[in-house]
Amino acid sequence: MADLRCEIAGIKAPNPFWLASAPPTDKAYNVERAFKAGWGGAVWKTLGEDPPIVNTTSRYGAVAVNGQRMVGFNNIELITDRPLDVNLMEIKQIKRDWPDRAVLVSLMVPCEEAPWKKILAAVEDTGADGVELNFGCPHGMSERGMGSAVGQVPEYVEMVTRWCKAATRMPVFVKLTPNVTNIQAPARAAKAGGADAVSLINTVNSIVSVDLDSMAPTPTVDGKGSHGGYCGPAVKPIALHLVAQIARDPECAGMAISGIGGIETWRDSAEFIALGSHGIQVCTGAMHYGFKIVDDMIDGLNNWMDGKGYRRLADFHGAALANLVDWQDLNINAELVARIDQDKCIKCGLCHIACQDTAHQAIAVSGRGPARRFETIDAECVGCNLCAHVCPVEDCIAMTPVDNGKPYMNWTQDPRNPHASAAE
Amino acid sequence: MADIQAGRLSSAELAENFADVHRPLDRAGALAEANRCYFCFEAPCVDACPTGIDIPGFIRAIATDNLGGAALTILKENIFGGSCARVCPTDILCQGACVRNVDGDGPLAIGLLQRHATDHLDPSVAHPFARAPETGKAVAVVGAGPAGLSCSHALARRGHNVVVFEARGKPGGLNEFGIAAYKLPDDFAQREVAFITAIGGIEIRYDQQAALDRLRQEFDAVFLGLGQGGVRDLDLPGADLQGVQNAVDYIAELRQADDLASLPIGASVVVIGGGNTAIDIAVQAKRLGAEDVTIAYRRGPEQMGATPHEQAFAQTNGVRIKHWLQPLRLEGDGGAVQAALFTSAQNGAEQSIPCDMVFKAVGQTCLPMADDDLQLADGRIAVDQDGRTSLPDVWAGGDCVAGEDLTVQAVQDGKRAARAIDLYLQDKKG
Repeated sequence: MADLRCEIAGIKAPNPFWLASAPPTDKAYNVERAFKAGWGGAVWKTLGEDPPIVNTTSRYGAVAVNGQRMVGFNNIELITDRPLDVNLMEIKQIKRDWPDRAVLVSLMVPCEEAPWKKILAAVEDTGADGVELNFGCPHGMSERGMGSAVGQVPEYVEMVTRWCKAATRMPVFVKLTPNVTNIQAPARAAKAGGADAVSLINTVNSIVSVDLDSMAPTPTVDGKGSHGGYCGPAVKPIALHLVAQIARDPECAGMAISGIGGIETWRDSAEFIALGSHGIQVCTGAMHYGFKIVDDMIDGLNNWMDGKGYRRLADFHGAALANLVDWQDLNINAELVARIDQDKCIKCGLCHIACQDTAHQAIAVSGRGPARRFETIDAECVGCNLCAHVCPVEDCIAMTPVDNGKPYMNWTQDPRNPHASAAE
Repeated sequence: MADIQAGRLSSAELAENFADVHRPLDRAGALAEANRCYFCFEAPCVDACPTGIDIPGFIRAIATDNLGGAALTILKENIFGGSCARVCPTDILCQGACVRNVDGDGPLAIGLLQRHATDHLDPSVAHPFARAPETGKAVAVVGAGPAGLSCSHALARRGHNVVVFEARGKPGGLNEFGIAAYKLPDDFAQREVAFITAIGGIEIRYDQQAALDRLRQEFDAVFLGLGQGGVRDLDLPGADLQGVQNAVDYIAELRQADDLASLPIGASVVVIGGGNTAIDIAVQAKRLGAEDVTIAYRRGPEQMGATPHEQAFAQTNGVRIKHWLQPLRLEGDGGAVQAALFTSAQNGAEQSIPCDMVFKAVGQTCLPMADDDLQLADGRIAVDQDGRTSLPDVWAGGDCVAGEDLTVQAVQDGKRAARAIDLYLQDKKG
């Protein structure tokens, strides 16, 4: 059994699987159920100043792809709509009842020092392990000068972070919005402000669909729609990239990372950790299937780590960063060619038509009916992987290395590059 | 005493037994199934469809909620897409060719998807196809079954006028008189004919005994979609006993019955034959309340004309299939059949199966129209690859010509002949 205990910015938890600040962590009732189910921590749904905000109906939109529901998900919900003292009381009770779990509290108040000081003191009194500054929400609150309206201005990020660090002994996490051109700017600002950790990504600005009958974006509120925050499995690639951007930035070194974005499985989690996350947070997966998904996240991560000989999370934390390079450092002499396993091929022809219509005309077809055969034309194949991706049969098309005898050479060394430094 | 009775089951039981054998897909089911389609390049299922429907094309249209487009994609190649969705032996056609048979997940339910699409054709549109301007040409079509009406529809689309001469009092051919009732319930055959003829330019005359020489004089061209009016004889001692009859006659009677409880059926029934008709009569007998139904076939399961799917269907309906039984004679008492006797083709032993009724289902034959110049081949009308007969202005298709005896093949024959007739009429001046 691997040791799944995780520590982020001094906060300890029995496992790296935390619930993100969102509807699943809005009340003691939900968080209690989550902890019973086995989640290692929870970031309480964002608290704000009283009076509480008011939400609309409906609030959620979703994207289904080929019958797979909620591949993408979005919301136009705001921060908690319950009174501050009710939330604080429940947080205190939860932390008292579940001392081994990480309990963080997400916060969002106007961009002035006094309200931040005031709410931090109140949270400190609950015994919570830390706070997460919500500079991420891209809808609703941002129109009021909060959420991503702060996160998109590095100077504000730094300023508020500094206020908070000065006002509390609790570790401060800064939650970043992906709705920026370069994630390193707000991340470095958080670091400069003294943040102990960054959490990312918050949701992506989005309109999930248009109802073509009512001609309104969804989700629709009395005939109108508004842009919302996009999340779910569809955003995972974006999140992985942004997490890695921060993890490999020397200027952000020393700041912990809590990875968020489309995580639903142990494998997703392991990928985030391999790219530098110290722990991960989940929302959509739990909203889709309930808290029970954490069973397989714990079990699967354990089994995978055992199989790889990793004893603790630190053993593979950031392990993939060494292999993440800039494009110009890739080996331009490496060569692959598609190999089609004729025994596995079901003759659907998807590889052929994809290559023929949209790539390099490198897969030939011969014969008809059950006798038809698809084969790579090696001289035309550029090893792009398209055929292997469209092939519906597992392991039928293998991208096979070609031994061309050429040494490593990157673009900066390539004589075909007019700006190359001299080869050799 | 032969035990032959009407009303063995209650009307509620009969209604259930003769209701739609396949439950149609709902929207969610259709979307899930449509999304399983790989959208193959030059898909094998299309090659396997005698009418060449763009199957991946219509399935993709279902998946995108373009049901109207899906229906038209089907109907433009096969105007009988609705009945073919219900009666085609898809296991040996499109679904048999699906690449997903190979990867182990099972073929797409193409028949059910085709039905979903055609069932959802926009009912507010009277007919989805428009006629070309009138050509002034007139074509006689003999037989208002799938071949004849497929040809008629395709000719009407091209602007020709068609008169259909039908021997029976109703259109539809085998869809109306021959297919098992639970495959085309709710008067589907008649509704489909009404849809097909709604294009206009098609007049159907009933109870007609047309003479070919007169049709050739009166019309610019003739298409023969005669079907198989004759029944292959089973020359067996005792074949004239009471309770012995042709399966096709009984099925036609069943299909036309207002009240299934009025049909007399034996307690024990023996069916002699191995084709789909044998399956259809056996299962329908069982569903009418026969207690014991046996299909006796002279060879093995691989040689049966009925598809493996149909054989399994009969067996799951409680029908016993006995192979390698060569019929010897029928025995009776007081003029009514009492037992069917067979010789085992494996060991030569005699075997007697007691029964109250015997259905003969050993095949049907074409009864071609008398004309000295109409050449035949193996008892059917000889045609070239366009369906043209030895007479230059006469085409034929469907079960009266060589080839697979399938509704979908008949539709293709009619469609192909219509194309050839159209070219012929264009060349024929005046």
